[in-house]
Amino acid sequence: MDTIFAQATAPGKAGVSIVRVSGPAALDAGRLLGVDLQPTDRRVARLIDFDGSLIDIAFVLAFANGRSFTGDPVVEFHLHGSSAIVARILSRLGEAGFRQAEPGEFTRRALETGQLDMAQVEGLADLIDAETEEQRRQAVRVLDGAIGDLVESWRKRLVRAAALLEATIDFAEEDVPADVFPEVRELLSSVHSELEREAQGTEIRERVREGFEVAIVGPPNIGKSTLLNRLAGREAAITSEHAGTTRDVIEVRMDLRGIPVTMLDTAGLRDADDEVERLGIDLARKRAARADLRIHLVSSDTEAAEPRLEDDIVLIGKADTKRFSGMVGISGLTGLGVDWLVDQVASILEGRLRSAGAATRARHASALRDGSHMIGVVLEKIDQGDIEMVDLLAEDVRSASRSLDTLVGRIDVESLLDEIFSSFCIGK
Amino acid sequence: MGRVADRAGIQFRLLNRRKGPAVQGPRTQADRALYRESMLAEVKARPGLDVIQGEVIDLLVRDGEARGVVLADGSEVPAKRVVLTTGTFLRGVIHIGDEQRPAGRMGEDPSIRLAERLDDLGLMLGRLKTGTPPRLDGRTIDWDGLDRQEADEEPVLFSFLHDKPFVRQIACGITHTNSQTHEIIRENLDRSAMYGGTIEGVGPRYCPSIEDKVVRFEGKESHQVFLEPEGLNDHTVYPNGISTSLPASVQESYVHSMSGLKDARILQPGYAIEYDYVDPRSLNSRLELRVMPGLFLAGQINGTTGYEEAAAQGLVAGLAAAAQVLGRDAIRFDRANSYIGVMVDDLVTRGVTEPYRMFTSRAEYRLALRADNADARLTEIGHAGGCIGDERWAKFQKKSQEVSDLAGRLREKTVTSRELAGVGVKVNRDGPKRSLYDALSISGTRFDDIEQFLDPGQPPFDPLIVQQVSTNALYQHYVERQMKDVALLRKDEALELPADLDFIGLPGLSGELATKLDHIRPETIGQAGRIEGMTPAALTLLVAVVRKRRTRTKAS
Repeated sequence: MDTIFAQATAPGKAGVSIVRVSGPAALDAGRLLGVDLQPTDRRVARLIDFDGSLIDIAFVLAFANGRSFTGDPVVEFHLHGSSAIVARILSRLGEAGFRQAEPGEFTRRALETGQLDMAQVEGLADLIDAETEEQRRQAVRVLDGAIGDLVESWRKRLVRAAALLEATIDFAEEDVPADVFPEVRELLSSVHSELEREAQGTEIRERVREGFEVAIVGPPNIGKSTLLNRLAGREAAITSEHAGTTRDVIEVRMDLRGIPVTMLDTAGLRDADDEVERLGIDLARKRAARADLRIHLVSSDTEAAEPRLEDDIVLIGKADTKRFSGMVGISGLTGLGVDWLVDQVASILEGRLRSAGAATRARHASALRDGSHMIGVVLEKIDQGDIEMVDLLAEDVRSASRSLDTLVGRIDVESLLDEIFSSFCIGK
Repeated sequence: MGRVADRAGIQFRLLNRRKGPAVQGPRTQADRALYRESMLAEVKARPGLDVIQGEVIDLLVRDGEARGVVLADGSEVPAKRVVLTTGTFLRGVIHIGDEQRPAGRMGEDPSIRLAERLDDLGLMLGRLKTGTPPRLDGRTIDWDGLDRQEADEEPVLFSFLHDKPFVRQIACGITHTNSQTHEIIRENLDRSAMYGGTIEGVGPRYCPSIEDKVVRFEGKESHQVFLEPEGLNDHTVYPNGISTSLPASVQESYVHSMSGLKDARILQPGYAIEYDYVDPRSLNSRLELRVMPGLFLAGQINGTTGYEEAAAQGLVAGLAAAAQVLGRDAIRFDRANSYIGVMVDDLVTRGVTEPYRMFTSRAEYRLALRADNADARLTEIGHAGGCIGDERWAKFQKKSQEVSDLAGRLREKTVTSRELAGVGVKVNRDGPKRSLYDALSISGTRFDDIEQFLDPGQPPFDPLIVQQVSTNALYQHYVERQMKDVALLRKDEALELPADLDFIGLPGLSGELATKLDHIRPETIGQAGRIEGMTPAALTLLVAVVRKRRTRTKAS
């Protein structure tokens, strides 16, 4: 096995930069730089170049086999954060035959040595990418093993159900409980309903990773772009007094009370003559319909908004210039009603988050749905009394169990690895 | 063995007949005398085969390889390869209550010197035990008051060459233990060899002695006992379900407590027997000992129990030994083509902690490994290995042809869902057109329902072929799904680890795992992956070793 190294912190000038070395020969990296390390050492040391000259005075940490992030022996050099020092150390390690780590390779080793399971690796990736508080909360829960715990509890019940079914096959004439199906049914239906619930929550959790989409819709020149600019605090969409300026969908990612939101500014909805504008309006309608939430701006309290979906918010646009009653108005120009809107959007999205579970990715959802589908098939057969072909029932329970295993990567890992690890930067 | 069992079978019963074909298993009760006669006849009919009777006490060894055996009378039998099948004889000890005596089985001496010879090889030996019930005199059983279990009306035989039993079929009697039986056993538990602690060997969990059953299933007031005649012209009865190691007097009184057995005479008391086995992880997948090439082990010496288990190992070891002598490739059994492959792989990679018995649940590709398609799975492999007779080969080819013809016709003919629903097939009336084969794959569809859609004017279909095609169709979707897993398995099995690989010297392996690998010496990456406690990291490391070796071989 190679011993690998990479810079673990962001490149460039910093207070401290860390270079991490992992593998059976990690301690040799210390020796190479003039530091004689024991497997669990930590100390300040002088790092020496090949000609005896000083490279840096650094804090050096050694982690023993099985007690490091990767599970292999690890040495970390906490260097003064200069690009030149880092470059010198990296090239010294490279010259000495250590190998530059591939992107995500440290994490891959952690997975391979069993320090992390598949879901935890994904949690770690999300944690590193987390920009908002809700994203951080969600990712750290996954990294902490929440999904693994769930899978373990499902697995236990599926194994028990499978064992009961097997007993009727292999011990037909011996001492088995007379009728195993009531217990099998109970075990499977509890797992089934938990899988369904978890799978539904995944969609919401996926939004936290990717960001919720909130579309601002309404007729031209109602102040949609100005509102977006106010929300984003910068000039993201081009605004002008001329109706029909926004022909494409403009997206601005923002953090609304800890929730990641992509705000969509769409073309004004009207019957347009201009071909290009009409295409833009079409696109706007589709995008808005797909979004998680829509903010409709209308010009007066008597005007009917575009078709509204549940939770959608309707506001009077350019409220600073109008008189109205019975409705809330908003003005991107003066900021009137903007705080109220932000609270409103955040509380609607938070409400959706509260019901969601631990699974966070489309991959999780599909494994959960596969498992749930298989169990559903078995439950249906049991309910219809179609239980003679126990071999097929047992096979479906096995398949369900296998598909849940893919959540934590116990099987069929290889096909996922490249995709997941390609999203890591070197050094993580 | 299948052929001989068919000749001697006096009660054929297909286990799990009402469950799916993938878990059905043919079972028979063999007439002991008939079995012995037919087996001897088979052996004698084999050209070039001599039968020598005698106790083997030592091995002939040349250049570290087994080259024959030495008998107790001092004579030597040289051989190019040796297969040892010691059964329960290796340091066998019989226990009846607190009485114990060295014996290989009732009335025969144990094999001590051979066991000592195996000790010298530095193998890991362990102790296992198995039990037998008392044998009863059928003439003293009151059969009239007992329930009976008849043989199947449409018997399924073991061999594909046979379609009906050779001898008269008999019924078994059924009796039950009762609270009095249990009371007698409970009072005398301390006199049982097992409970008295005189046996150190481990017995199987799934075939417990009657003492075990009474203790473990305390709430159960009665256990079923089958009274199986041992032959057509033999009054010995084997009471299946009451194996024991209680003293003979206690056996008398609990046997007499059961319905129909009040006056039953015990011909031979039940006993437990303890014996040595060799940790099967010291074998390669051809059941050859790694420390002594040329020496193969099969049967209970490898920690298994059961007739089929023993016979299958004899087949594997015998074929491999013969292939070596003939300079051919050994036949490869794997987890995807046979239960034989599953068993051998389990034995050599995981070892045993109790006598190993085959269960269908041990096979991950169970739906593909069915008794009904054993011929389709293995005949061609056997033919390539040179161990299929002309008669079997011709019969197999004919059947394969007929099966594929019928399946082909069913695949070609498509019918609307409305028509299918009309004859009772469970499909949505408004669904698409389907082939008849697809219709047959839907659970509950019978061939008779859909036969009318086939072009008329054909000769009537052979019911056996119809049944085979129906079963294949029923499992096709599941089997297709499993074949994807099989492809992955085969990929791993194709990565062979070098036989001389030094696991201990591999950097990056934990000491514990290195020792384990060195002990088990997996032959492929697939096998290594099935070893308990194996980590993905260690596997990756092994894959890297294999790849590195390959490139080196290519370069040189």
